[in-house]
Amino acid sequence: MAQMTMIQAITDAMRSELKNDENVLVFGEDVGVNGGVFRATEGLQKEFGEERVFDTPLAESGIGGLAVGLTLTGFRPVMEIQFFGFLFEVIDSISGQLARQSFRTGGRFNAPVTIRSPFGGGVATPEMHADSFEGIVASQPGLTVVIPSTPYDAKGLLISAIRDENPVVFLEHMKLYRSFRQEVPEEAYTIPLGKADVKREGTDLSIITYGAMVHESLKAAEALEKEGHSVEVVDLRTVQPLDIETIIASVEKTNRAIVVQEAQKQAGIAANVVSEITERAILSLEAPVLRVTAPDTVYPFAQGENAWLPDAKDIIETAKKVLTF
Amino acid sequence: MAAKQAKQFDPVKTLHSIEEQFEMFQILNEEGEIVNKDADPNLSDDQLTELMTRMVYTRILDQRSISLNRQGRLGFYAPTAGQEASQLASHFALEKEDFILPGYRDVPQLIFHGLPLHMAFLWSRGHYLGSAFPEGLNVLFPQIIIGAQYIQAAGVALGFQKRGIKAVAMTYTGDGGTSQGDFYEGINFAGAYRSPAIFVIQNNQYAISTPREMQTAAKTLAQKGIAAGIPSILVDGMDALAVYAATRDARERAVNGEGPTLIETMCYRYGPHTMAGDDPTRYRTSDTDTEWEKRDPLIRFRKYLEGKGIWNEEKENEVIERAKEDIKEAIKKADAAPKQKVTDFMKIMYKGDMPSNLQEQFELYTEKESK
Repeated sequence: MAQMTMIQAITDAMRSELKNDENVLVFGEDVGVNGGVFRATEGLQKEFGEERVFDTPLAESGIGGLAVGLTLTGFRPVMEIQFFGFLFEVIDSISGQLARQSFRTGGRFNAPVTIRSPFGGGVATPEMHADSFEGIVASQPGLTVVIPSTPYDAKGLLISAIRDENPVVFLEHMKLYRSFRQEVPEEAYTIPLGKADVKREGTDLSIITYGAMVHESLKAAEALEKEGHSVEVVDLRTVQPLDIETIIASVEKTNRAIVVQEAQKQAGIAANVVSEITERAILSLEAPVLRVTAPDTVYPFAQGENAWLPDAKDIIETAKKVLTF
Repeated sequence: MAAKQAKQFDPVKTLHSIEEQFEMFQILNEEGEIVNKDADPNLSDDQLTELMTRMVYTRILDQRSISLNRQGRLGFYAPTAGQEASQLASHFALEKEDFILPGYRDVPQLIFHGLPLHMAFLWSRGHYLGSAFPEGLNVLFPQIIIGAQYIQAAGVALGFQKRGIKAVAMTYTGDGGTSQGDFYEGINFAGAYRSPAIFVIQNNQYAISTPREMQTAAKTLAQKGIAAGIPSILVDGMDALAVYAATRDARERAVNGEGPTLIETMCYRYGPHTMAGDDPTRYRTSDTDTEWEKRDPLIRFRKYLEGKGIWNEEKENEVIERAKEDIKEAIKKADAAPKQKVTDFMKIMYKGDMPSNLQEQFELYTEKESK
């Protein structure tokens, strides 16, 4: 076991899969010699060579198209989009092409592509870098969307994503890259896609969340505990498809739920979670399911982001409304 | 001094000197005479006959497809008449192991690469089995998003390169397609990696209704390859020999590790953009049509072959009859395709297990469809 940050765990997962399968290729802008702008691919080109870990010209749509073409010759691309804020430059390749490739070829050419990309706010990036666009890709049939919240989960989920036979969007929250270390096994291991993880058990309220908000929710849960409320925190880990079973089991136990996402209210995953709960467990509910989200403006410029991003305080406030309903 | 400097750094002159070099490459003129003997690819009589056969076959396929569409027996159809040399002579330079990423008008090349005709018809009708192409057939479905096939071709070419496979990725777009970002990204990526790709621009003069002049200030579309640093050529797209020679040359360079080539074929589509209501009389005059029809690829190639004594009316009629027969058979086969079920769509969305959301819906639809 080694202590790793999330970004180290991510590098480690790619290293493991580059070793494991010679069809795995890692590419994107500045991922070679430079090791990526966040150093997620640090040392990989040196270890595996320029044939397998390589830079691309600066064009996101081209990177997506390259991935499509490489799958047609039997490769398993792990493509990096330098910041997920650049999604719109590559949305046709992801949602128009990769997501539909199996369908459009009658199942002949599946697309085992992992689309890795840093996203999320709180690290004072230039504008158009920090958006939470998971809702956009999650709404596209054909894509699996994974968002880890810990180093351990990041490694196991990324290995699963790379081994998956279908396109997986793997979103790495920038604030979590180096925020803490955790014990991470050195050998390869997988965490199944589509499975949530109960990060904290409780009996009075379920907080269903993902990404950086897992940590804000845990903070909130701790504070609420001191006031006598036992709060469960469910980390979705995969936001498409949702792990309905775990969500419903938690809600049926606690009878109260809030859903927390960093994305705007109109933009994310939370609405799907609320719908699933109302469709499947409404009779278990003692209170309405409320959401904690960012407001429905565009993502603000760097100096304004902390006023805008949801945090533990917002979560506590909403949790209390539900707890005292 | 100022005037002298202006001359030394004259970007207008640079532009013109590049543009002047893009003369149209031709081997066979409108009369079916060889005008560029040095460039003659010296195809054998059998090869010449085969190429003519494919062009005649495709002209018949086009005529029949249009009438089948009007009868409601075909769906989406993009007419091909006028583009036979551009499509089939470029394809004629390929080998089976080469991979084609077509645009939606490029179904004839797929057929001669091995796509069963009834599948082309099913694709046109909108049946999912129409793009369930057989294993071993090195083609992608016709691309609908203009330009996307260009970046994907760069990917296939890079894949061949990495695997050490001596084959090329061949892709097609039209004059309008060269305005797309993906067009530039595709030629640029392949150029940067020196990958074995051939990019064909079939310049049929109109992107639906928008004339070629409206797309760009560039005098030729071929010259766009210069910016990507790749060899580029403007070819008479109504001249099968010139198209073939340019493509064969590009293929040779590609498999020798010398990188991609951009080929602009100057051609014309006689018919509408598609059969879905496009009316060319809104944007073209019949004078223009007539002028282009004089340059017809079949007429000049027929003259050339007849001059060599290797083609005649009887041969042509044989091909026409065979095409009609094949089409009849293929329509029958397409008619026999099973009715599409929603559960079929669900099964081909993912390789392996369906995600939980779809699995649940699959069970619902299985029950619904069993009623």
